[in-house]
Amino acid sequence: MSTTASNTNPSADGPGRSRGKAPAGEKVADWADGRLGIYSLAKSNMRKIFPDHWSFMLGEVCLYSFIIIILTGVYLTLFFHPSMNEVEYHGSYVPLQGQLMSEAFNSTMHISFDVRGGLLIRQIHHWAALIFLAGMFVHMMRVFFTGAFRKPREVNWLFGFLLFVLGMFTGFTGYSLPDDLLSGTGVRFMEGAILSVPIVGTYLSFFLFGGEFPGGDFVARFYSIHVLLLPGIMLGLVVGHLILVFYHKHTQFAGPGKTNNNVVGMPLLPVYMAKAGGFFFLVFGVIAAIAAIASINPIWAMGPYRPDQVSTGAQPDWYMGFSEGLIRVMPGWEINFWGHTLVLGVFIPLVIFPLVLVAIAVYPFIEAWVTGDKREHHILDRPRNVPTRTAFGVAWMTWYFVLLIGGGNDLIATHFHLSINSITWFVRVAFFVAPVVAFVITKRICLGLQRRDRETVLHGRESGIIKRLPHGEFIEVHEPLSQEQLHTLTAHEQYRPAEIGPTVDDNGVERKAKGSEKLRAKLSEAYYGEEAQIPKPTVEEYKEITSGHGHH
Amino acid sequence: MKKLSARRRHPLAAVVVLLLALACTGGLYVLFAPTDKAAADETAQSLAIDEGQKLYAVGCASCHGTGGQGSSDGPSLVGVGAAAVDFQVGTGRMPAQQPGAQVPKKKVIYTQPQIDQLAAYISSLGAGPSVPTKGDYGPGGADIAKGGELFRTNCAQCHNFTGKGGALTHGKFAPDLEGVSPKHIYEAMQTGPQNMPSFPDSTLSEQNKKDIIAYLDAVNGDDTESPGGLELGGLGPVSEGLFGWIFGLGSLIAVAVWVAARTAKAKKS
Amino acid sequence: MSSQDIPEENLPAEQEHAHGAVGVADEKDPFADPGLPPHEHRIQDIDERAARRSERAVALLFTVSMLATVGFIASYVTIPHERAVYVFPIGHVNALNFALGLTLGVALFTIGAGAVHWARTLMSDVEIADERHPIEAAPEVKAKVMADFRDGAKESALGRRKLIRNTMFGALALFPLSGVMLLRDLGPLPGTKLRHTMWRKGLLLVNMNTNEPLRASDVAVGSLTFAKPEGLEEHDEDFQTEIAKAALMIVRIQPDNIKDKRELEWSHEGIVAYSKICTHVGCPISLYEQQTHHVLCPCHQSTFDLSDGARVIFGPAGHALPQLRIGVNDDGYLEALGDFEEPVGPAFWERG
Repeated sequence: MSTTASNTNPSADGPGRSRGKAPAGEKVADWADGRLGIYSLAKSNMRKIFPDHWSFMLGEVCLYSFIIIILTGVYLTLFFHPSMNEVEYHGSYVPLQGQLMSEAFNSTMHISFDVRGGLLIRQIHHWAALIFLAGMFVHMMRVFFTGAFRKPREVNWLFGFLLFVLGMFTGFTGYSLPDDLLSGTGVRFMEGAILSVPIVGTYLSFFLFGGEFPGGDFVARFYSIHVLLLPGIMLGLVVGHLILVFYHKHTQFAGPGKTNNNVVGMPLLPVYMAKAGGFFFLVFGVIAAIAAIASINPIWAMGPYRPDQVSTGAQPDWYMGFSEGLIRVMPGWEINFWGHTLVLGVFIPLVIFPLVLVAIAVYPFIEAWVTGDKREHHILDRPRNVPTRTAFGVAWMTWYFVLLIGGGNDLIATHFHLSINSITWFVRVAFFVAPVVAFVITKRICLGLQRRDRETVLHGRESGIIKRLPHGEFIEVHEPLSQEQLHTLTAHEQYRPAEIGPTVDDNGVERKAKGSEKLRAKLSEAYYGEEAQIPKPTVEEYKEITSGHGHH
Repeated sequence: MKKLSARRRHPLAAVVVLLLALACTGGLYVLFAPTDKAAADETAQSLAIDEGQKLYAVGCASCHGTGGQGSSDGPSLVGVGAAAVDFQVGTGRMPAQQPGAQVPKKKVIYTQPQIDQLAAYISSLGAGPSVPTKGDYGPGGADIAKGGELFRTNCAQCHNFTGKGGALTHGKFAPDLEGVSPKHIYEAMQTGPQNMPSFPDSTLSEQNKKDIIAYLDAVNGDDTESPGGLELGGLGPVSEGLFGWIFGLGSLIAVAVWVAARTAKAKKS
Repeated sequence: MSSQDIPEENLPAEQEHAHGAVGVADEKDPFADPGLPPHEHRIQDIDERAARRSERAVALLFTVSMLATVGFIASYVTIPHERAVYVFPIGHVNALNFALGLTLGVALFTIGAGAVHWARTLMSDVEIADERHPIEAAPEVKAKVMADFRDGAKESALGRRKLIRNTMFGALALFPLSGVMLLRDLGPLPGTKLRHTMWRKGLLLVNMNTNEPLRASDVAVGSLTFAKPEGLEEHDEDFQTEIAKAALMIVRIQPDNIKDKRELEWSHEGIVAYSKICTHVGCPISLYEQQTHHVLCPCHQSTFDLSDGARVIFGPAGHALPQLRIGVNDDGYLEALGDFEEPVGPAFWERG
C-alpha cells in the first residue's frame, strides 16, 4: 500500500523516503537547478497529463524504433567499411568463397557471419527501420483521420510529414550501403531516374556517382548521408516534434468531462514515466524477438553487386514500394527533339512521386482554408463526423496501396497465378479510378454511420429485447442512452457551408466575387452541404421524441 | 477403429509386413534389374524403342504427330533428345493437360522405365542431348561459389537469387527450383524446356552446370540454413514488408492496446 | 471559450456544450457534458491481496529479465557463432543469432511488461484534468513585442540606410555560391562518356561463363548467352563501370523469323547481340523467352521483341535495345564490327 500512498501525495515523496538517499539526490538536483533551472522546467512538466488511448501510442512506436535504429546503427558503424574497393571474400560463408566484392559487401558479410551478435544487430536495425516507417505511416493516418492536424498543430503535422519523407530516404540510402545485388539494382534505378531529369540530369548523375555508374564513390557518399546528414536533421525534427507535443498538450477524444480547454488523463510522473518508459522496452523487446526469428535482407543469398547481373523480384523496401509501382506502370513515353531526349516514361513518375506525398501533406491547409476556422482544436473528430476528410484520406490510401500493388506486380502474378501484364493494366486504370470509387464509398459509409448515431441518440440503443404490444405488434425495446453517451455522440461540431460574401461592400460599391471565393464556396458546399453531412440531433428533437415516448 | 489398431499392434504384424516388403523388392529387382550384359544391350535398346513407340502412340501422338513431326498442338520432337523427354515427362509436364500460358509441373504418370523407353524412341527420331549421368550433376568436384556467380549471371533474372521462381510475360513464369532433382535441372539447362532458353555445353560448360547445381543445392535445398531465421519465402523486400507490417507493427499495436487499456475495475456484485 | 474572433458566418452555430470539468446534469440540455465520471476503484485499490499479487507479478517479470540477460551472456560465451540449429517451425537457423535475439527480446520485453503492469495495477489511476491555455499570446503581449521590434528595427537604421541593407543582402546571397562551387569536383563532366562503350571493331565476344571467346557454332537456336568484350577482366579496376555499359545478350534466331531488316543485317546468320542493359533505367534485362523471342526486364517489366529489332512491346521503356553489329573473324570467332551506334542504357537529356 505504501506505493499507492506515496503516489497520491507526490510532494511527500522526497522526504518520505528517508534513508539518507533523498538528500543526496536533492543536492544533485539543486546543483543542476542552479545552473539549468530544472525545477521551473519540472514544475510544468513533471505532472503533465497524457490521455490514454492506444492510438496515441503509435507515435511512441516511431520514436522508440528511431532510438533503436540509432543505437544499433552506431554499433554497425564500428564494423562496416563504406568502401567500394574490390576484395576477395574469405569469410565463413561457403557459397561466396573467393568471390570478388566491394569492401562494403565484405564487411557486411563479416558482421553477419563473423561478429558474434552482428547478424542480430543488423536484423534489429533493418526490422526497426521497416517498423519505424510503418509506424509513421499509421501514426500519420491516425492524426489525419481524427483531425489532430488542425490548429494549433499544423506545424507539427509538417514536422511529422518531413520525418516520414526523410525516413524514406534514410532507409533507401541505408538499404544501398551493403552493395549487394538487390540494393545495387535499386541504385541503378536511381541513376536512371536522375538521368531522366531534363537538362541537368546527366550532370547530377555524374556528380552523385563521381562519374559513370557505379564508379567507386557512391557507397561512401551514401554512408555519410545515411549516418550523419539525414539522421541529424531527423533528430532535430524529432526533438522539435516532441517539444511541440508537450507544448500543445495532447489531443483527446470527446467524452464526459473532456473539453476543448482541458486535457484529461494520467500524469507523466509516475504513470506515463512507467507506461512510456516501459513501452520503449516492449518495443525493443518485440523487435529483438522478431530479429531472432525472421531473416531480413539476407545479402549472402543475393550476392555482391554487379551491373550485369540481376534477380527477379527486384523491389525496394516497402516504403519505396509506391514509387516502384509508379515507375512500373508508366507507359514508355519518350520525346526526341533537336538532339535532346525528354524521358517522360521515367520523369513523369519522378514528378508524381513527391506529388503523392505532398497531396496528403497540404491537406490540412486546404481544409483550414475551406472552413475558415481560426480556433484551436483539441478535441479529436470521429472520422465519420467529417465525411469529406475521411473520404479523402481513404482515397489517398487507396491510391498509395494501388501503387504498392504495382510495385509488387511480379510477385502478385506468380503467387496468384495472374498475368503480369493484366496486373499492370489494372494498376494503370485503378490509379485514376480506385481513389474516386474509394472516396464515394467512404463518404456514403460515413453518412450511414452518422445516421445511425442520430438514430441511437434519438431512439436509444437497440436492446435486443422484443416486446409484444397489446394489439399484437412486436417491437424492439430501445434503451435510452446515459447522459455521458448522449454527450459523447453529440459533442462534435457541424459546419455550415460558406457563402460568397456580399457582392456589395460597405460603401455600396459593387464588387465581383473572386474566383477563389467561388471555389471556396463550392468546396464548402461539398464539405458541409446537405449532401455531405447528416444534421446531428438537436435538444428539441430529442425532447420531442422522448416526451412522446415514441418507441420507433 | 479399435479393432483395427489392436490388430496392427499384433506382434506378428511387423514380421508379415517385413516379409511382404522383401518379396516386393525382390520381385521388382528381378523385373527391372539391368541385365548388365553388353551383348544384350542392343536388343534391349531396340526393345525399348519399340516399347517407347507404343507408349508414344497412346500418350503423345495426338499432339506431336504420329512420327514426332509435330502438329499445330505440339512442337516437333525430332532432335530434342532423350534429355528433353526425361525432363518433360519426368516432371509431369508432359503429357499436357490443357492449353494455357505454360504447362505446369504435375504428378508424374509414367514410371521411370517407361520414361526411358519413351526417351529411347524420341532419340531414335533424331540425335539430341542424352540423359545426364550422376557423374554429370553429382556434387563431386563442384565449385559452389563459382556456381553462385554463374547462377546470378544466367539464371537469377528469371528464377530469383536462390531459385524461388519469378514472373514472365502474360501469365508465364519461371518455376521455383526447390525440390527439383539435380538431373532435371541439368536437363532443363541443356534442353531449354518451353520458353526457357537452352544453355548448351558450348556456352555453359558441363563443369559450369555442375557448379550451378551444387550452388542450388547449397542455397535452396532441404537443409539450407537460413541464419537469420524465417526465410519469408526468400522473395526479398515484399514479403519482408508484409511481415514487418503484420507481425512487427501488428504486435506492437497489440501491445499498445494493452498498455493503454483501462485496468479492470472492482465490480460491485 | 476561444471564440472571440470568428468572423466567418459558416462556423458552427452551437458551441461546445462543455462547461468545464465539473458538469451538472442539466434538465434543460440532455446533451450537456456531465463532467468527469467518478473514479472507480480497481481490485488492487481495495484488495491488498490483489495488490500483493500484482507486486509479485511485477517482481517476477523483472526477475525473468535478469535471468534472460544472464542467458544472453551465457549464449554469447558458449555458442559457437557458426553453429546451425533446427528450430521448428522456423527451419535451420544460426543458433547464436536465435539465442541472443530471444534472450535479448525477453530481457527487454519483461522490463517493459513489468513497468506497465506496475503502472496499470498499482499506480494511481485517478484521471486528472489539466487546463489548457491558448497558444496565441494575449494582445498586450503581442503589442509589447511589436513595439520592441519596432524600436530595435529603428535603432538599427536598416530601413533608412538602404546602402547597408542592400550590400548586406548581396553579400549574404553570394557567399553560399562558394559552397556550391566546392561541389564541382564531386564528379567529372559527362562529356560523351555515356555515348561510348568498350566495344570497337575487331574485339572478340567473350563468353561470360567460360571466359573463352565465342564461336558462331557455339550459339544454338533457342539458347541464351552473355558476353563481354575481349580484354575486360573481373579484376580490372574499371570492370564494374565498363560492364555496366558493355554487357551483351546473345541469342540465335532462325533468320526467317527475324522481322527487322537491319537486325538481320547486323546479325551473323541469325546470331544477334543486344545490349543487356535495359533502356528504361538500366537493369540487366535478360528474361528471354525462347519461343516468343520476347525479353522481359525483371525490374519494371519492359518487354522487347528480339525478333523485331528489340522494339518495346510492353512496359515503361522508351526505346529499343541497342544492337551491336557482329561478324565472324577468320578463325570462326564472333567479333564486334564497331561500337554500339547509339548510347546504351537509360535515356538522358543529351541522348537525342
